[in-house]
Amino acid sequence: MQLILESLFNGAAIGSVLLIAALGLAIVFGLMGVINLAHGELMMIGAYSTYVTQLVFRLPALKFFYSTYVIVALAIAFVVSAVVGILLEKTIIRRLYGSPLETLLATWGVSLILQQFVRSVPLAYASGLIVTLLIGLLSSFFLPENILKYKHKKFVKLITWIISIFSGLLIANCLSSTISKLGRASARNVDVTAPSWMRGGVEFIGITFPITRIVIIVITIISIIGVTYFLNKSVWGMRIRAVTQNRSMSDCLGISTEKVDVLTFGIGSGLAGIAGVAVSLLGSVGPNVGSNYIVGCFMVVVLGGVGNLLGTIIASFAIGIMTDLIGAGRLLTVWPDMPDSLSTIIDFFATTSMARVLIFALIVIFLQFRPTGLFPQKGRMVEG
Amino acid sequence: MSLLEVRGLNTYYGESHILREIDISINSGEMVCIIGRNGVGKTTLLKSIIGLLNPRSGELNFNGETLIRKPPHQRAQEGIAYVPQGREIIPYLSVEENLLLGMEALPGGLTRKKRIDPGIFELFPILKTFLNRNGGDLSGGQQQQLAIARALLGRPKLLLLDEPTEGIQPNIVQDIESAVKHIIKETGIGVLLVEQHLHFVRQANRYYAMQRGGIVASGQTSELSKSVIDEFLSV
Repeated sequence: MQLILESLFNGAAIGSVLLIAALGLAIVFGLMGVINLAHGELMMIGAYSTYVTQLVFRLPALKFFYSTYVIVALAIAFVVSAVVGILLEKTIIRRLYGSPLETLLATWGVSLILQQFVRSVPLAYASGLIVTLLIGLLSSFFLPENILKYKHKKFVKLITWIISIFSGLLIANCLSSTISKLGRASARNVDVTAPSWMRGGVEFIGITFPITRIVIIVITIISIIGVTYFLNKSVWGMRIRAVTQNRSMSDCLGISTEKVDVLTFGIGSGLAGIAGVAVSLLGSVGPNVGSNYIVGCFMVVVLGGVGNLLGTIIASFAIGIMTDLIGAGRLLTVWPDMPDSLSTIIDFFATTSMARVLIFALIVIFLQFRPTGLFPQKGRMVEG
Repeated sequence: MSLLEVRGLNTYYGESHILREIDISINSGEMVCIIGRNGVGKTTLLKSIIGLLNPRSGELNFNGETLIRKPPHQRAQEGIAYVPQGREIIPYLSVEENLLLGMEALPGGLTRKKRIDPGIFELFPILKTFLNRNGGDLSGGQQQQLAIARALLGRPKLLLLDEPTEGIQPNIVQDIESAVKHIIKETGIGVLLVEQHLHFVRQANRYYAMQRGGIVASGQTSELSKSVIDEFLSV
């Protein structure tokens, strides 16, 4: 009983990370049909944002608030990944709508670029770049309307960009001079240490539940509630749903599909950033951390049925629990006196990578029988 | 000056020339009907006006401003509402949400504060009983009423109606006809109608007859002769 509970809990924690990442992917894939292979790298960016935030909170000025850095990191990771995602949409993906193969190749290329970027650019300068982009992109929202209608509109824009570049450089220099770790480029993995309140575990009916994992599950639950609420209750959520279901008619009704695309991509990418925070709490952070998850995310989206929230949730927990059951060899402990031949097979698969092989094989077999996933869309609207 | 002025419009689907040198105009408070057999380019004309298709050449002037190169959502915000053939209700949004989306075209777009104008339920009472149902679950006639109501909530200056009575039972055709007439009388908007249903065609003030992508005849609907009807309306 205890073993089963523990296994369920660990599975839920693994599934949680997959779920937040896959949720972002499902939103982007569901809306625009864009297969974004750089999604894993957006997670990686979220993880590195956590790392940078953590180091900044170690500074003497902020030391007092150190224990809360994870919460701040969540917000920062969301924003940073969202900005990178929006930039990606505006520069590359927008030009490739309607050609899935080219999008696939282009986003794969972007994922390689981003991986190399964190290897060869010091994190301080990367943070400066993000700050520049953030101020530059957001300035058009915050400037009063009448300034933008002024005839020297281009001039005003140029000035805001110059200001943002300077503030970016300033931040980059500050970071690199005060935190030496951020001033050098490094291809090595870095570690995010959890604040003291997140170490250890909670004892409950004889099982210890590690607090980090509980935190990850809580973050996931909050993200899911937030996303569902946003999509179903807000005006922008309604616009997103309308564009997802009928793009050209939504356009004819007066919805700016361009803005909806940017927003959706931003939210999807931001969720990847939050998943990145969770990943950084589970293990060390490196340039390849995202590519370890991307295949799993796609599996979740396909298994759950494209564009289906409930399916995504069930699929990610199923994959998480199976990974834990098979990968940690827990089946043997749950059922100690199984026949020898079976136990050798299970032993063979009892490593993380072999567990993945087995799970993906199982998913492929499952999709042979139900090609549209667990919860396909039903009804007479499907064909249209 | 007319509300909508189309001059020398040429639209292509790939390499095939669909609309040839179309000239039409519509005034406020006027219902204009486009007649013609299947496949002569009536829907293509409406799609070119709302902006789903980009004409290769020609002029589109609405309310004194050109529409060429503007995306559909800008044209909607300037006051053109489109009720397409096949209704295009957003299927998994509730009837209420579909109606709310119609208000996107209002100045400032849709905000939390805006409420659905109750007058629309006097025009189409059936919608009020289905507010929480999915738009895609309504019958064809109900969807048509929803599509027109949705278009009207944006308070357009010009309403484009593409075969509003196609595949709809006769009593609802009556409802739709009287609703459209009522709207024109009340609000003084212009209506551009594509229609095969002779009774509805006769409600319009003027008609344009299309053949092979061009306008071949036009005039007052009161003067519609039997030969014109036989030639351009497939019965």
